[in-house]
Amino acid sequence: MVGGILDYLWLVPALPLLGVVLNGAIALFSERPLLLAEAGHEEAGHGHGDARGGDEAPAPYRKLVALIGPGVVGAAFAVSLLCVLQLAARAPQDRLFVQVLFPWIQAGGFTGSAALQLDPLSAVMILVVTGVGFLIHVYSVGYMSHEKAFARYFVYLNLFTFAMLTLVLGSNYLVMFVGWEGVGLCSYLLIGYWYEKQSASDAGKKAFIVNRIGDFGFILGVFLLFWTFGSVDYTEVFARIPALSGNGTLTTEIATAITLLLFVGAVGKSAQIPLYVWLPDAMEGPTPVSALIHAATMVTAGVYMVARSSALYMLAPVSMGAVAAVGAVTAIFSATIGITQNDIKRVLAYSTVSQLGYMFLACGVGAFTAGIFHLMTHAFFKALLFLASGSVIHALSGQQDMRKMGSLKKHLPITFPTMFIATLAIAGIPGLSGFFSKDEILWKSFSSEHGHLALWAIGTLAAGVTAFYMFRLVFMTFYGESRMEPAVEKHVHESPWSMTVPLMLLAVFSVIGGWVGVPEVLGGHNYFEEWMAPVFGHGAAHEAAHHPAALELALMAGSVLVALCGIALAYYLYRVRTKKPEEIAEKVPGLYDVVLNKYYVDEIYDIVIVRKVVNGSIWLWNAFDAAFIDGIVNGIAAVVRGAGDGVRRLQTGVVGNYAFSLLLGAVLVVGYILLR
Amino acid sequence: MMEPAAYLLLSGILFGIGVVGVVARKNALIILMSVEIMLNGVNVAFIAVGSHLGDVTGSVFAFMVMTVAAAEAAVGLAILIAIYRLKETIDITELNVLKW
Repeated sequence: MVGGILDYLWLVPALPLLGVVLNGAIALFSERPLLLAEAGHEEAGHGHGDARGGDEAPAPYRKLVALIGPGVVGAAFAVSLLCVLQLAARAPQDRLFVQVLFPWIQAGGFTGSAALQLDPLSAVMILVVTGVGFLIHVYSVGYMSHEKAFARYFVYLNLFTFAMLTLVLGSNYLVMFVGWEGVGLCSYLLIGYWYEKQSASDAGKKAFIVNRIGDFGFILGVFLLFWTFGSVDYTEVFARIPALSGNGTLTTEIATAITLLLFVGAVGKSAQIPLYVWLPDAMEGPTPVSALIHAATMVTAGVYMVARSSALYMLAPVSMGAVAAVGAVTAIFSATIGITQNDIKRVLAYSTVSQLGYMFLACGVGAFTAGIFHLMTHAFFKALLFLASGSVIHALSGQQDMRKMGSLKKHLPITFPTMFIATLAIAGIPGLSGFFSKDEILWKSFSSEHGHLALWAIGTLAAGVTAFYMFRLVFMTFYGESRMEPAVEKHVHESPWSMTVPLMLLAVFSVIGGWVGVPEVLGGHNYFEEWMAPVFGHGAAHEAAHHPAALELALMAGSVLVALCGIALAYYLYRVRTKKPEEIAEKVPGLYDVVLNKYYVDEIYDIVIVRKVVNGSIWLWNAFDAAFIDGIVNGIAAVVRGAGDGVRRLQTGVVGNYAFSLLLGAVLVVGYILLR
Repeated sequence: MMEPAAYLLLSGILFGIGVVGVVARKNALIILMSVEIMLNGVNVAFIAVGSHLGDVTGSVFAFMVMTVAAAEAAVGLAILIAIYRLKETIDITELNVLKW
């Protein structure tokens, strides 16, 4: 069936790509010469940081970039919205649209098409990516206005949007992998945006290398998938599952292997234990980048991929258990780190890792719908938290240390309420988006046949910790006495409208975003689950039916109570007895130091893996490359040189010798001919 | 018609004298003369065999060799004069700068 606006689905990734081309041309031909000329004049480049001041009149090309960058993403959002509405107009079982753009790879029996697929799952993803992405692009115009490499930033940001849309819209694992690598590249480029700063360029490399480890597992998983199914197309793979399990080709072991390998990729991309270490360091990038890539979209790619492969995961109970366990442990582990961090962005980074853990917990217990639901609401409130923290950082001229904030409530009349709403949402206060999605996950982790009481307990505990560290952040930043440096305090100002309007819009979505999935026990209707049903089926979700509604309500009240306890504790420690946290830290110095230093995971990795690899590489370099490989090359050269050295002695310069050798040669040739 | 053996013998002797001259002598002029002797030894063989076979090709070839010999002598002598002007000697053992 050919379907009106759906035929223009290709515009969704193509529009950001157009932005890349246009902004790229501007960056190359307008901005780069300027920057080079400037670099030539200036003796010492001054330090970069979030939101530096600058008074020079903006170059005219900046206005064009500021128009194109957000414009193309906004247009992509409009197209996405129209496409999704068109899709929604169909009957639920017909909500699948595949658009083949061109056959990409054809080799033997293998066909890889560059094709896009719109179904309820990718519909949610493209709306989140383009919608939240658009707001963050708009925000970036204000936030990055003092940056010199303005066009370069938007080239990367548009390229990221293109890659992310490719990832979620691809109709097979191959196209997904292209997007997967594309977002990884953009993440690297944007973390290292201030590449003159050593820590930023190191963080970029760390993110890239850690992601490589995951991507290796992902590509192996896709290979095994192709080897088993003979196809990488979602529809074909999932359609062949019954037949192949029937004839014994697809055993549980193979399904487990495929899903675990894919999960390795998800662990890398979505920053789960043990590969989460890159995400906190990724905060070296500009704050809107943290919001877009490292909170709302890219890091959720792993969740999307697991959800997309849900049919495979359902075949492999071991993998499901692994996903749920990793998710739950990550959720509580990184939440505890979040308590002790003092850098506002790092608190949010660990919070993101923790929330991603929730999403995996949901997937692991078979509640893929709940996972994607939380992905969506998290995109709203976490993007808002990052953008609001960016607004705070902007107001404080680049200060990120919460110990040097405080009492900002009255200075930031828009940032404060929006951030407060997001905090309420992430803490799981009833009525806001985070409550519905988080509670859905907790309920499913308890009630689903894949669930377990321990998973629920860990999740609930993590929810309490989340509420605690988020309110700690709010209290330290906006309340209490000002701990700002005097010079900074003078310049505190609310951000321009291009930054505050996205904040307000995201605040609205942080509130209402969850209303599409109100659980039936609260008298609502879970539209979200209904929308997702064609993709995931009702599967494990309906196992919940035989649990009494009272139990669900009780658990819900319990998790809200835990969250309120977290908030109350934060209030007590950071508003009432502000000296208490230090006292507690002094009382248990060992534990506090361990958590403050992020459980020394980076240090352990450094000793156990990084240094071994580095030393091994140095050994290979010296012993293998320098000694062996270079030995062969230099050896050949030495032999040739020595031979030449000997032979050149024949060139005596004495004509008689030449005449004699001429004669000798003639005699030999004639002798050979005669005696032959 | 004489048997060609005697002519070939003469040819061989002339050639051999030439070879010895080229290899053994140090005077470049003598070496050039020795080369001429070698060429003419070959000419004798060409003409003798050509006449024996009643074929003019041998004689024609002899003319060709003479032409080449004349050219060679002209160039060779010119080089010798140039060398002499530079080094004031035509002893080939002295002319050994073109080496490793």
